[in-house]
Amino acid sequence: MEFLWQTILNGLMTSSFYALIAVGLSLVFGVMHIVNFAHGEFYMIGAYTVWVLFALLHWPFFIAVGAAIVIVGLLGLVSERLIFRHAHGNVLSGFIMSVGLVFILQVAVVEIWGVGKMKPVPAAFPQILNIGGVSTSWQRFIVLPATIILLWALWYFLAKFRVGRGLRASAQDPEAAALYGISPKKSAAVAMLLGSAMAGAAGAFMAPIMSVHPYMGHSVVWTAFVVVIVGGAGNIKGTILAALIFGFLTTIITTLLDSTIANLVNTLVMLVILAIRPQGVAGHAEE
Amino acid sequence: MQKNNVNRSVWLTILAIIMVVAPFTISGYKVDSLTMLMVNVILAVSFRLITTTGGWSLAHVPMMGVGAYATALISGKLGIPFWFSMPLAGLAAGLTGLSISYPLVRTKDFSFFVASFAAGEAIRLCWIRFKVPFGGHRGLGVPIPELIPGVPALDFSEAIPYYFLTLVVTIICLSLMYRVDNSRIGDSMKAVQSQEALAKSVGINADGYKMLAFSIGSFFAGIAGVLLAHRLWAIEPHQFGFTTTLYLLVWVVFGGSHTFAGPVIGVVVLTILGEVLRPLADWVPMVYGIIIILTLIFLPDGLESLPSRLRSSAGKIWKIRISFGN
Repeated sequence: MEFLWQTILNGLMTSSFYALIAVGLSLVFGVMHIVNFAHGEFYMIGAYTVWVLFALLHWPFFIAVGAAIVIVGLLGLVSERLIFRHAHGNVLSGFIMSVGLVFILQVAVVEIWGVGKMKPVPAAFPQILNIGGVSTSWQRFIVLPATIILLWALWYFLAKFRVGRGLRASAQDPEAAALYGISPKKSAAVAMLLGSAMAGAAGAFMAPIMSVHPYMGHSVVWTAFVVVIVGGAGNIKGTILAALIFGFLTTIITTLLDSTIANLVNTLVMLVILAIRPQGVAGHAEE
Repeated sequence: MQKNNVNRSVWLTILAIIMVVAPFTISGYKVDSLTMLMVNVILAVSFRLITTTGGWSLAHVPMMGVGAYATALISGKLGIPFWFSMPLAGLAAGLTGLSISYPLVRTKDFSFFVASFAAGEAIRLCWIRFKVPFGGHRGLGVPIPELIPGVPALDFSEAIPYYFLTLVVTIICLSLMYRVDNSRIGDSMKAVQSQEALAKSVGINADGYKMLAFSIGSFFAGIAGVLLAHRLWAIEPHQFGFTTTLYLLVWVVFGGSHTFAGPVIGVVVLTILGEVLRPLADWVPMVYGIIIILTLIFLPDGLESLPSRLRSSAGKIWKIRISFGN
């Protein structure tokens, strides 16, 4: 029984991390049709921001996290303006451009902070949390409420604000949206800002848990892609559902076997789902 | 047309003479660099074969790895001579390609990237996880090929003999792929990419051709992997990781994928650039990144389109002058 509750708690925490990183990716794809491979590097830069501000300069943790969100969001905005805008919605160009951006950001981080040394980020909340016999550290647990708050904020923005609704309209039908005076360029910029900020938030919250290094984005962006694809690209509800599925799947298999097998199973599950339902679990079939 | 063919054969002859003479005039290190360049040329051209049907597979480098691991197992563990293990390893890669192409051809754009990437990673994870027979992170040793098993005729552990082995295999692979590209099959593949609905309506089995292209491309990637493995004498999963895939993408996009020569130009130019920038090796990925973004913004069809672009813009200038003259 205790094992069950422990697994549920761990599964929820893993799922919330997956959701945090994957929703941003899905949003960017939905609006801009960019397969942003540099999303993992945005995550990495979010973690580095926390390392610099919290571990080196001893700022309060949440202010460092806020700074990471803002910095990475702005980075996304700049990369949309300078790079992704020129892809003109061509999926292949956009993807390869993001690959170029991956190279640029990785080399920049390596040249500024070096590759060899560990970048230890101390836990901001080292206390142990006990809920009815199951335990975890507060540092791990905090990802769960943070994800809920951030996703709620995103939903509120997309549902209630004019810019947010415009964003959704652009994602559904850019031409019709443009007829109603919604600039697709503006929507793309806002999507990129929000999507990147989510990646920055994920990196910021994971910095004390994961090891911070220039190539940390690689494995994460892969998982995020798997989640987005199974959820149906551009479909945020589907992405969250897929994050839950894979969060629990990964947790259970990692507990019973090991994490490499978990990655393998995740991939196979994704391939099988693609073979049966290419549009994702929650997507609609194209006519 | 006739003149074009003559021109081309003159150029090919010059290239052949250079390729034959070159290894005797440069250092052993450079000979090995040229060998690796040819391996990468096979890789890039076989990749382009898949892209002619519209699929930019991110599993191509793992397919090369399948060839490398297959030859390591076949010639290393089973002791089968190189000449048999090379086609067998290519076949292994081709069959692996065939089996993963089944779910892949059902996907498009975003899904295709991710699914092919994940399929490649799954293969790589298998090499890492299953220490028997793949050797885990440490990988496998690969024996040195022998001309005739048991007879010490040509020493393929030397750079120059291996260079010529690679040269011969490269020429065979490229001419085979050229034949495919210009055959009816190649035309159907291109039709599938440019006009899928139309191609289907005239009875072309679009998914079938996509799977065929994927399998043939994977076969030749496997051959490239065999050549790589027998030169390095050892292989490990890390070599076939995503960084290599990213380089492959950059080569093909930079060179252009519309013509057969495009990827070759891309590999050669960027490899030379990499050698020139050797003192700044740490910065090379960033230079590649900047080059690829600028290429996509200003020359979206790659380096191969440069001559026609220059010609057409020269034409424009000329027209403007005429209009000013009037």
